[in-house]
Amino acid sequence: MKTDWKFILQIFLSFLKIGPATFGGGYAMIPMIEREVVDKKKWIRNKDVTEIFAIAESVPGAIAINSATFIGYRLAGVRGAVAAMVGVLLPTFIIVVILSMLFLIVKDNPHIESAFIAIRATIVALIVYAAYKIGMTAVYDKTTLGIATVTTAILFFLHVHPVVVIISGIFTGMVAVQIKSWFGMSIKLEKDELNVVKKEKQVKEA
Amino acid sequence: MDVLVELFLTFLMIGFVSFGGGYAMIPVIEIEVSNHGWMTTQEFTDVIAIAGMSPGPIATNSAIFVGYKTAELPGAIVSALAMVIPSLLIILIIATFFFRFNENKFVKSAFYGLRPIITGLIVYAAIKFAITNNVIGELSWHTASLMIIFGLSLFSLIKLRLHPLFVIALSGFVGMVLY
Repeated sequence: MKTDWKFILQIFLSFLKIGPATFGGGYAMIPMIEREVVDKKKWIRNKDVTEIFAIAESVPGAIAINSATFIGYRLAGVRGAVAAMVGVLLPTFIIVVILSMLFLIVKDNPHIESAFIAIRATIVALIVYAAYKIGMTAVYDKTTLGIATVTTAILFFLHVHPVVVIISGIFTGMVAVQIKSWFGMSIKLEKDELNVVKKEKQVKEA
Repeated sequence: MDVLVELFLTFLMIGFVSFGGGYAMIPVIEIEVSNHGWMTTQEFTDVIAIAGMSPGPIATNSAIFVGYKTAELPGAIVSALAMVIPSLLIILIIATFFFRFNENKFVKSAFYGLRPIITGLIVYAAIKFAITNNVIGELSWHTASLMIIFGLSLFSLIKLRLHPLFVIALSGFVGMVLY
């Protein structure tokens, strides 16, 4: 099969356009991606894009970049995946590099220093807010509450590397589910309507 | 070891475990960055501020900033690529085999444990950053003022549903007046 480079370029440009318009984390990009590939280009059907977002959410990495990569692959194989990924990443990359450059130049200015004393407290609030948001869907029974509490305690007191904690999390889940099913305990693998994307879509469609 | 290789390997490892959204990766990146002596925890707090103010995913943005500060433009490029290569590989595998990854029973039970662990991880990050940045600390007017800024910020985010970008900007303005 001859590679249609014009199509690859089109994929790249479509995702390039999405980048700069999205503030507020990866989730902000999802509706923009949907509009571009479903409504405007008609590359992917509405039903399929929901599934792609759900998979993109469970694969490591940012949901927006993952979704773009997945859609790129569906459209034009590995080349499409790379084109979409670079396209969605590039504008953000340039903006972050410019902001980093500016920040490193001005950070010793007394006004900027004072601003950042307060901003750091706000960043702590932003992290608590992130914990609150994910906690609302992740912690819903005694087992999940126990796992979350023990995790914080282990990290804080034993200084275990977070990567070790994440990897053991994968096994903890499998073991917990297995043990519960041995004892015939009922187990709810997900909080109802856990999937944020699915939930948002249902709201939109209603 | 060459610093570019070090950046690449560090963010490649982080890329493979980036489950559960950007904020879960903050403590992971922070520990690696301070272990390598690239930045202090307080400097890394500023990275999150810049990453949060930029468009796009916060973990990738933080990696780009860390890379840039450590080894300028080549560092930024290497760090960004290392963060996304694991996602690319895993997605190619899943897409090739048309594997209904998110509906697989093992994947579902893995996430049953992973989700609360990620919550715990972010709570830990919040405590650690609160201590480093004097939001929790010896009682003084300075700590008290930071606690008030923290409380008001959290209230604006959760209850007033203000945009994070707006809250950061507002807080910066308050900081200029106060400190």
